[in-house]
Amino acid sequence: MSVKVKVFLYGILLVLCVPFVFPTWWMITSSFKPNAEIFSPSLWPSSWSFEPWRQVFTMQPFAQQYFNSAYIAVVVTLGTLVVAAMAGYAFARIRFRGQNVLFLVVLTGLLIPSEVTIVPLFRIFNSLGLVDTHWPLILVPMLGPSSVLATFIMRQFFITLPGELEEAARMDGLGRPAIFRRIALPLARPALGAVAIFTFLHSWNLYLEPVVYLSTRTKYTLPQALTQFTDAYQGQLWNVQLSAASMTAIPVLIVFVLAQRQFIEGLAHTGLKG
Amino acid sequence: MTVVLDRTAPAARSTGPRPFWTTRRRDQLTGYLFITPALLGAAAFVFLPLVLVVWYSLHEWNVLADTFNFVGADNYRKLAEDRNFPSVLRATAFFSIGLVVLNLALALLLAVLLNQKLRGTTFFRVLFFSPVVVSLLAWTIVWGFLLQDNGGINGLLDAAGIDGPNWLRSGGTAMASVVVVQVFKNVGLNMVLFLAALQGVPPELYEAARTDGAGPWTIFRRITLPLISPTILLTSIITVVGSLQVFAQISVLTQGGPGTSTTVLVYYLYQQAFQFHAFGYGATLSVVLFLIVLALTVLQWQMRKRWVFHER
Repeated sequence: MSVKVKVFLYGILLVLCVPFVFPTWWMITSSFKPNAEIFSPSLWPSSWSFEPWRQVFTMQPFAQQYFNSAYIAVVVTLGTLVVAAMAGYAFARIRFRGQNVLFLVVLTGLLIPSEVTIVPLFRIFNSLGLVDTHWPLILVPMLGPSSVLATFIMRQFFITLPGELEEAARMDGLGRPAIFRRIALPLARPALGAVAIFTFLHSWNLYLEPVVYLSTRTKYTLPQALTQFTDAYQGQLWNVQLSAASMTAIPVLIVFVLAQRQFIEGLAHTGLKG
Repeated sequence: MTVVLDRTAPAARSTGPRPFWTTRRRDQLTGYLFITPALLGAAAFVFLPLVLVVWYSLHEWNVLADTFNFVGADNYRKLAEDRNFPSVLRATAFFSIGLVVLNLALALLLAVLLNQKLRGTTFFRVLFFSPVVVSLLAWTIVWGFLLQDNGGINGLLDAAGIDGPNWLRSGGTAMASVVVVQVFKNVGLNMVLFLAALQGVPPELYEAARTDGAGPWTIFRRITLPLISPTILLTSIITVVGSLQVFAQISVLTQGGPGTSTTVLVYYLYQQAFQFHAFGYGATLSVVLFLIVLALTVLQWQMRKRWVFHER
């Protein structure tokens, strides 16, 4: 490749980077600007103000909301891993009557986005007295459509495992549960990692469900909390809002940079929504 | 049933009466136990509510007034007469088509660029992918901030002597803005899928085409595109179905406005059910959403047979 072509390609790549990188940059730098200066087009705050970052915690029970998002995402991720790994393993490696029909039934669940079922689910949770609790945000992602996708991904992985491993384990007198736990699960680490990443992000980003189910501020999750930073006249307090947004985005971004290969391959092959 | 299991059976019989819990029976039971949580979950949180949503769509149900009456096809009649509904369908189609076309085109462009023999492509891949892991609401909020009338983008345009529109508040640009924000958010996913597909094209084919005197554009059209067509189909399915679920972006950026120009189906459903408390009508709109997803999936399966080149 000639130098001219190389320079040209790098030029295009750099220009194309702007809309991907600039918003995150702008979010973080603007969060340190005083609100009077918020619309100034400077790439760097003229004076750093940490006031907005403090205000995030005084305007809202933000620490509590942060904890809500984190614990819900962790519970949903662990629960999904258990449910999906077990079902995926059984569908891939155990022969039982009705297996194919049951798998097809589960698969059709992929066709039904959670938005379709939110109205009846609201009624169900309402009659159980679970509206304005975290139960819907835990149970639906852990057992509903996104868990179906996770089951499918795990099955596709377990089906590629060589059968000889299990035969050998069986000869050594291991039962099915032991084969699953001691042989199959350790080998499934990449698939489990992919499912964990996609499930965690799905829960972390959930917006429609919290907006529908939650009405108490201390129970809010982060996505919902981010929209609440307004002054008495419903005007947006941009710098405070962007501080809260930065706090939501930065930890995940750091983990992503550290484990970018797992993130990219994992997410691309689990097919997060477009 | 595996051969090994069959061979153990006579041995077990020779030692006395055959035990009920043979290895195979025990295995079957384990299988059922392993799928039980997933099946019960899907039954409770996917299939039961799907049946109920059809049932509710035949009812008038107001949570505030606590009324729940069977009204037959009334909600569907209301749907046919709803003046907003055609505009909602148009907005939904505009969003989905715009998103799919822009997303796939940009993803393919980025993948082709990253597939060149250049140093630092991993670095660029990370940059292009990074918005995927930025919290959806954070991404949407910062774009909302940039797209304000006095925001960063118009500031930039001002510097170039252009008077930018109020992107999110004028009918001509609101929907296009939402589409673009969402394209940059998730195009990285499709880019990675395309990149993997491009790397799977056997280099001999390129060699052969080049010896036959084909130019780069011909090679791309005649060799690359047909060979990655299964990936194009896959990404378009994922992207279309995902695009129908858009809610947070609309809710934060435009609240469905100006007018109803960005009120897509899920947002309309949310308004009807959870803001106007017309749950029966909300259920009817959910049924419409489900039918659209179903129809698109079937259609894309049909296209797979016809368009996709050489698929095993």
